[in-house]
This record gives sequence, structure tokens and C-alpha cells, in this order.
Amino acid sequence: MSNQTVTRAFLSEAIFKEVGLSRTESLDIIDDFLEIISKSLETEEQVKLAGFGTFVTRKKTERIGRNPKTKEEVMITPRRVVTFRSSRMMRNKVNSGESSTS
Amino acid sequence: MTKSELVLRLMSKYSHLRKKDVEKIVEIVLNEITDALSKGDRVELRGFGSFVTKKREARQGRNPRTGESVAVQEKYVPFFKAGKEMRERLNKKVS
Repeated sequence: MSNQTVTRAFLSEAIFKEVGLSRTESLDIIDDFLEIISKSLETEEQVKLAGFGTFVTRKKTERIGRNPKTKEEVMITPRRVVTFRSSRMMRNKVNSGESSTS
Repeated sequence: MTKSELVLRLMSKYSHLRKKDVEKIVEIVLNEITDALSKGDRVELRGFGSFVTKKREARQGRNPRTGESVAVQEKYVPFFKAGKEMRERLNKKVS
């Protein structure tokens, strides 16, 4: 129902209030948090955060795609993508109580 | 990498912080993301990616073992989309 967007600023405010780091350091540590996860995924190391979910880097092979607008066929180059599988705990929380309001 | 390894990697840069506080920070970040999603909010972390929930309509499902038909209620599932910078990092040309 609220339809707000949580950003780095929101998360750092929570750290500032609950842990007492300075606002700047709160933001820095979030950047490092995300950077550590990104770096793991870049090196194809799985990131498994208990109670939250798992990030995995997957390799996709080359395939033929189609531009949906022009119907033109194009080759989609091989690439790596990140997938996220939410934990059961997160899925349960998302579906409990106040969840079904979006 | 697990949550405790993430804490250790953060500690190597934030050695002046207590381990207890770094663990708390990791929990705060993950809990705030989960809370936002359960309120139907979205989470947008520039460069990294965004988390949203998507609605799955109620449907008639089947118990794969017994073949029995069961009603599946509508539900919301968390979804992550990697950000532009992350996608570029994963696919930069190695020459």
C-alpha cells in the first residue's frame, strides 16, 4: 500500500540510528557491503545469506533472439547473469499479514 | 560466501568496529530489505540491483504425488533484478 522505494539513504539511516555510526560511515559500509557481494558474483562465487536468499552467477550461451518491435532476428551474445533465489523465510514474511497490500 | 564470511570481509576494512556491530549492520540491511518487500515497497540499490515483489494469481494446482487438485492462493514472490553496473561488470570484455 505504501509503495515507497527503499534506497541506500534509507538503509544508512537505520544503521546511523540503531548502531550509532556516523551518517557518512553508515553509507560507506553499505557501499562496501554491496561491493563485497558484487565482487563475489563477479568471480562466480555463490553468495548465501541465511534467512534472506542466495545469489548465483549463471552463464548463458549464445542464442537467437528477436527484436519484439521489428521482429528482426538478432544474435544474443553469451553472457553472465545474476539470479536470486529468496529463502523460505523471506517468502513467508512477504506473504504474511501486511504483505498483500502492494 | 556466507553471511559470516561477509561479516569477516567487512571487518577487514572496518577493524575499528566491534564484530557484534558489523553483524548487526548486516542484519539491519537484510531485514530492512525483507520488511520493505513485505510492505509491498521496492528496494533500489543503484549499481547493485533492485528487489520487488511480483504477484502470482491464485490458481488450481495439483499435488504432483497424488494427482489431487488443490487450490493455490494468490501470493507475492520476491524478485531481484541486477542493476546496470552489475550487469556490465559481469560481462566486461576480457581481452
